[in-house]
Amino acid sequence: MEMPTPNAETVARKAQIVARLAAALPPGTIISDIAETRAYECDALSAYRCAPLAVALPRTTDEVATVLRLCHEMRVPVVPRGAGTSLAGGSLPTADSVVLGIARLNEVLETDLANRAIRVGSGRTNLSVTGAVEQDGFFYAPDPSSQLACAIAGNIAMNSGGAHCLKYGVTTNNLLGVTLVTMDGTVHEIGGAYLDAGGLDLLALICGSEGQLGVVTEATLRILPKPEGARPVLIGYASSEVAGACVSDIIKAGVLPVAIEFMDRPCIRATEAFAHAGYPDCEALLIVEVEGSPAEIDEQLEIILEIARRHNPIELRESASEEEAARIWLGRKSAFGAMGQMGDYMCLDGTIPVSQLPFVLRRIGEMSDEFGLQVGNVFHAGDGNMHPLIIYDANTPGEQEKCEALGAEILKLCVEVGGCLTGEHGVGIEKRDLMDYQFTPEDLDMQMAVKDVFDPGWLLNPAKVFPLAQSAARRMAAQ
Amino acid sequence: MGPGTEEELAQIVAEAAGPLRIVGGGTRSFGVAQGEELSTAGLSGVTLYEPGALTLVVQAGTPLAEVDALLADEGQALPFEPMDHRGLLGTQGAPTIGGMVAANVSGPRRISVGACRDFLLGVRFVDGAGRVLKNGGRVMKNVTGYDLARLMAGSHGTLGVLTEVSLKVLPVARASATLALDGLEAARAVAALSRALGSPFEVSGAAHVAAGQARTLIRLEGFAASVNYRAERLCAVLAEFGDWQVLPDAIDIWRDVRDVKALQADGDVWRVSARPSDGPALAARVPGADAMFDWGGGLIWLRVPEGTDVRAALGQFDGHATLVRAGQETRVRLGVFAQPAPSLALIEAGLRARFDPRGIFNAGLMAPPERTI
Ligand SMILES: Cc1cc2nc3c(=O)[nH]c(=O)nc-3n(C[C@H](O)[C@H](O)[C@H](O)COP(=O)(O)OP(=O)(O)OC[C@H]3O[C@@H](n4cnc5c(N)ncnc54)[C@H](O)[C@@H]3O)c2cc1C
Repeated sequence: MEMPTPNAETVARKAQIVARLAAALPPGTIISDIAETRAYECDALSAYRCAPLAVALPRTTDEVATVLRLCHEMRVPVVPRGAGTSLAGGSLPTADSVVLGIARLNEVLETDLANRAIRVGSGRTNLSVTGAVEQDGFFYAPDPSSQLACAIAGNIAMNSGGAHCLKYGVTTNNLLGVTLVTMDGTVHEIGGAYLDAGGLDLLALICGSEGQLGVVTEATLRILPKPEGARPVLIGYASSEVAGACVSDIIKAGVLPVAIEFMDRPCIRATEAFAHAGYPDCEALLIVEVEGSPAEIDEQLEIILEIARRHNPIELRESASEEEAARIWLGRKSAFGAMGQMGDYMCLDGTIPVSQLPFVLRRIGEMSDEFGLQVGNVFHAGDGNMHPLIIYDANTPGEQEKCEALGAEILKLCVEVGGCLTGEHGVGIEKRDLMDYQFTPEDLDMQMAVKDVFDPGWLLNPAKVFPLAQSAARRMAAQ
Repeated sequence: MGPGTEEELAQIVAEAAGPLRIVGGGTRSFGVAQGEELSTAGLSGVTLYEPGALTLVVQAGTPLAEVDALLADEGQALPFEPMDHRGLLGTQGAPTIGGMVAANVSGPRRISVGACRDFLLGVRFVDGAGRVLKNGGRVMKNVTGYDLARLMAGSHGTLGVLTEVSLKVLPVARASATLALDGLEAARAVAALSRALGSPFEVSGAAHVAAGQARTLIRLEGFAASVNYRAERLCAVLAEFGDWQVLPDAIDIWRDVRDVKALQADGDVWRVSARPSDGPALAARVPGADAMFDWGGGLIWLRVPEGTDVRAALGQFDGHATLVRAGQETRVRLGVFAQPAPSLALIEAGLRARFDPRGIFNAGLMAPPERTI
């Protein structure tokens, strides 16, 4: 993946830039020692690394505004950073940039149970939002697998989803308001603890804008009452076609499971070797989870099991206890870890129309053979959000390039069948140069024009999302 | 003007010499837009419907009734329960899908499943320069690039002319029950709604009609046994508020809530979005207002004497007020939409200047006609 050449003139000004920032902010806010900035050189797409000029770790919205205003004046690019768990290189620094980390803004600012809303500093981790309201019987619904580590700021920037978004939606469906600081240091309040913020839907624009429009420092989130209970079933099939048909029938039947997860044979085998969850060795495995009171769960599962049986499963496993339920989820939850044991991996997340599932899985299998790289599939089947994991060896020369080439082919396939490049991880640097497959130059120009409005100087996370060739003119003009 | 294809529409826009007033079915015209009428009625038809994938792709000018019928055949529906504005606004004609999306029209179920914009998967539209653009797609999860699709929802045709939209649909619930209680005073009623919405019993409608005979309504939907169970539990949870009646089938009642039937008689009508618990006190600030609360209290419909400046009466609060029904003079004087804070107004103006550089789409409807950028 190519990154633009850092601006040598900016790099040469490092001492001056750091001094100006440090003078305007409390001690301990600016880090510039190369041994320390290295901790910020990459996110979870760790094949790409680059230490920034400096790192700013402000504690308040005002301090964030100061950092941005000064960087704006000095024309220094800024890369916003949450917890650095992006799988798309969204928070990868450039050598001429200041990383602005918001991890210290992590307080709960207001809990409003009567209105089912919570306001937090955006550096707060996803899981600890739920942690703050759990004892009152509430939770924050979007649950990325990285929820222990990832920050709400990153969730908003990437519009992250999770296993349960089939029922509860993704971040954009659960975000009520933000405090946003634009590159010139202006602080904006958008929305609040009420539905439907006024004016144009700026929240929708900010959610998923990958840190390119402004820095989110606070967020008002919708919280929901916890359901009485939840229970999964495990269903194994001899073919992915049949599993796909089963998914479609469940959806059509009017049951709305909270999750329908899918694993294919390579993934099941890797998981079994690692976690010993006792999964059947079959072509396709579904985990379907429903929620409600015990009686409601029974009612929904009865319908689901009846549909599942109609498609002749190899295995059908119910869970009568918490323990059995945990065993059903065990393999799915350790799938990434298990695949990780097999080597380095790249995790894609293209989305496809659910009806194309069997075709796409077959084609991925063929491509995997052609490239000689193993691919395991574990994903959210209910909404067609695939997660092909390509296993490779970073130490074998040329293998990473081969892996990226296969990844690109798989993503193009997703677009060809009517889907998209990324369902929840974001474009970052990873899919940036594939955007042309999904969008026309005019489509992309309109998106870039939106960035022009928020960040006319193209200083915020400039080398992400848009193909470098297409953003070049704007980035150059800004320099 | 009524183009029959997207290309024709793009050409009309590219060649337009003056402002254009974009009209779908013409049933939701709460605006003061100027210009020559541009109708999307010619862009009609369903491009794709896959019930098993809950996906619908449809041309913007397609009548809503046609879509409703198509979905009903498969036991599905647009889950956000779009309001029919004809009763309230006294308009005629057939509401279109494009108009619904452009106005982000959502009804009582918005409280549980989300708004129209939450079900919008993608759009095609023509921008002010006459370019045909797309954003989003037809799949359930998509974070590829900026979300211009949702930006179009609720932009009331001021950023572009929608030509096609993709929506997620949901199965219709097999059963429903409504808890009803008469005579609660608004603050008590909203407290009851809040208690219900904070329970695990999945409330899909929470309204209080204060105008006339006060009535508080709570809806539950799903499979029959589950609905009965939840209704029973909820009656117990809410017992301190009174003795709730359980209505087995209340389709008409919820249609009336959706369409704000209680406030259809004379007067101006405002729509206020606020923190639910603030709702009753806010309504009380407006002299002579009749009120109806939806969304657990967070959506306040007010009917007031003609010409009342409701924004002035409300003063500062967390939320905003929209003038939905009034005479032309009042609309021009007070503005249909609340003006955003200055820093946001600059951003909005900047966006309008990019999407519609000549300022020809529904000019004057959302923002003052004179452009700052
Ligand atoms: C093991 C693992 C599992 C994962 N599972 C899921 C999953 O199930 N679903 C899912 O959707 N994702 C998943 N992810 C991806 C990742 O966790 C999400 O994208 C997450 O939201 C990133 O949050 P973060 O705080 O780590 O953000 P970062 O990685 O720090 O940053 C992500 C993006 O947000 C921007 N940003 C950060 N802070 C701000 C701010 N204050 N204002 C504006 N922009 C900002 C950055 O510039 C960057 O573009 C997974 C990642 C890992 C490693």
